[in-house]
Amino acid sequence: MSSATLPAPPSRTDPAPPRPRSTPRTRRRITLTGALTWAGLWTFIGGLVAAVFVVVLASFSLQLSSGWFPTGLTSRWYQAAWADFGLGNLLVVTLLVAVTVVLVSLLVAVPTAYALSRLQFPGKRLVLLLFLLPLVIPTMSYAVPLATLVYLLWLNDTVAGLILVNLVPCLPFAVLVLIPFVDQIDPRVEDAARVLGASTGQVFRRVLGPLMIPGLLAAGVLTLVRVVGQFELTFLVAGPNSQTLVVALYGSAVQAGQLASQQVDAVAVVYMLTTLILLVISLRFVDPTSVAVRNRRGA
Amino acid sequence: MRGTPTVATPEGRTDLRSWARTHGMTPVLWMVVPGVVFMLVFFIYPLLYGVSLSFQGKGGPLSAYREFFTDGFRNDNGSRESIWITLELALAASIINVAAALPIAYRMRGLVRGKRVITAIVLVPMTLGTVFIASAMNTFLGPAGWFNRAVLVIGLVDRPVTLVGNFTGVLLSLVINGFPFAFLLMLGYGSGIDPSLEQAAAVLGASPRERFRLIALPLLLPGLTITFCLSFILGFGVFPSATLVGNDAGPTRVISKIAYTEYSNAQYATASATAVIMAVIQLAVIGLVFWGRSRLYRGSTAGGKG
Repeated sequence: MSSATLPAPPSRTDPAPPRPRSTPRTRRRITLTGALTWAGLWTFIGGLVAAVFVVVLASFSLQLSSGWFPTGLTSRWYQAAWADFGLGNLLVVTLLVAVTVVLVSLLVAVPTAYALSRLQFPGKRLVLLLFLLPLVIPTMSYAVPLATLVYLLWLNDTVAGLILVNLVPCLPFAVLVLIPFVDQIDPRVEDAARVLGASTGQVFRRVLGPLMIPGLLAAGVLTLVRVVGQFELTFLVAGPNSQTLVVALYGSAVQAGQLASQQVDAVAVVYMLTTLILLVISLRFVDPTSVAVRNRRGA
Repeated sequence: MRGTPTVATPEGRTDLRSWARTHGMTPVLWMVVPGVVFMLVFFIYPLLYGVSLSFQGKGGPLSAYREFFTDGFRNDNGSRESIWITLELALAASIINVAAALPIAYRMRGLVRGKRVITAIVLVPMTLGTVFIASAMNTFLGPAGWFNRAVLVIGLVDRPVTLVGNFTGVLLSLVINGFPFAFLLMLGYGSGIDPSLEQAAAVLGASPRERFRLIALPLLLPGLTITFCLSFILGFGVFPSATLVGNDAGPTRVISKIAYTEYSNAQYATASATAVIMAVIQLAVIGLVFWGRSRLYRGSTAGGKG
């Protein structure tokens, strides 16, 4: 499989079909490669917007029509989905799981990231590996035995079980996102606080906490988005009493034969709205690019 | 910790303590413990449990693996071939993602009008996740969907293009899902390169193409490998799309779907063996990529002297 080591060459040639006839420096903004690049990006965005629009439209359409637009509009698919899937309950479970996982992850990850950033100790690389491993091996690889364990603990088909399994990838993720943020805080600030008589708790609450707010927001938001979208782990543990929106959406899409396709679209729209609202809220707080840059040193 | 005095301890213990302290094992280290314990109990233990389960097949320690490689699963045949299907899907998707993200992110690394808006829109599929994308693809790209209507009206084709229910559908869904992620990472790496390096090259007479090939690309390569790996990870373990927009009984029978089928049929030995094989393959691919990267330039992306 030596081809796996060659991801770069294709990308090197990708944007460069034959050399543009002449590349005078003054006109470099309208090169062929540039046009291709932007066209590609806008095709992607256009397709995306169109697809989302079509799904929303379909979820409101009275019946499947052969034309472009539905013959009539109705909200009955939402009512049907609300009744069949218990959408209200799904939303509550989804948000409950997401918020709890985020809070617990942050609570445990902050001290862990702090110690990992500040201390050099024997076995540190091993601990880092422990936190890196869940992000590198396929989810299914640990989801299968973890679901078995959750079953043995009598936690399957409970919200607690969902929270537990979702913590497994989220906690190390939060730790790895937070470490670079702790790195950026000058240790002398803490020393100064201690000299002035602050206890450990006070240092965390009054000094580190405020300085780490960008990191906490970034880690929290990214974890939140991950939990809401997390399918494999949740799917293996979820049951009729404990489903999240993704799992319900998958369930409805799989039985597309028996279910009206508009109803599947209605569930999809509810799911999309939930995630988009979360995304909009998060983008208000976090610049995703800056997170990625910092991530490089963390991961 | 800095706050605790060492005075009150007996002689023998102070030695041990001072040794520990010089090696960084201060009481602050306790802060690592909750996280580490959680990971040991709920990640490492299940992992080892799964590995040991995989050796407890009905026909001897290696029987589950033997069944996997001889297509002997009762609920799923074609397990051996699923390795190639999954690898093909994930590798193709990662190559496409990286190849598309590199030029776009490279062009957007500077100040571009509407950068934040474009980033936000491109981010949307990442938030939506595979399940939504798959079900939206069924509506949008299906035989009666808008896409096919459009190409029929334009006259590009004379019968609907089959974009769902096959290999193409799954590949497409993986690209849609993974591209935003690759784009975001590459944008981060691209923004991390000091523009003065390229300005210097331009002053010395390098054309835009040369600047990209000789300056930006070598500096972006480390980021490229990481993006490739993460993109591969995203694509390798996914099965909702293989079920929803593919045909998981044949051309898109991915390995994680096999693990799930075995698990849901209470075949824990074979399910665990499949999970172990998945992990080994994924780690092997990542290892190969990083081995390749280690032979390339690694250095600062910052400008300035030295």
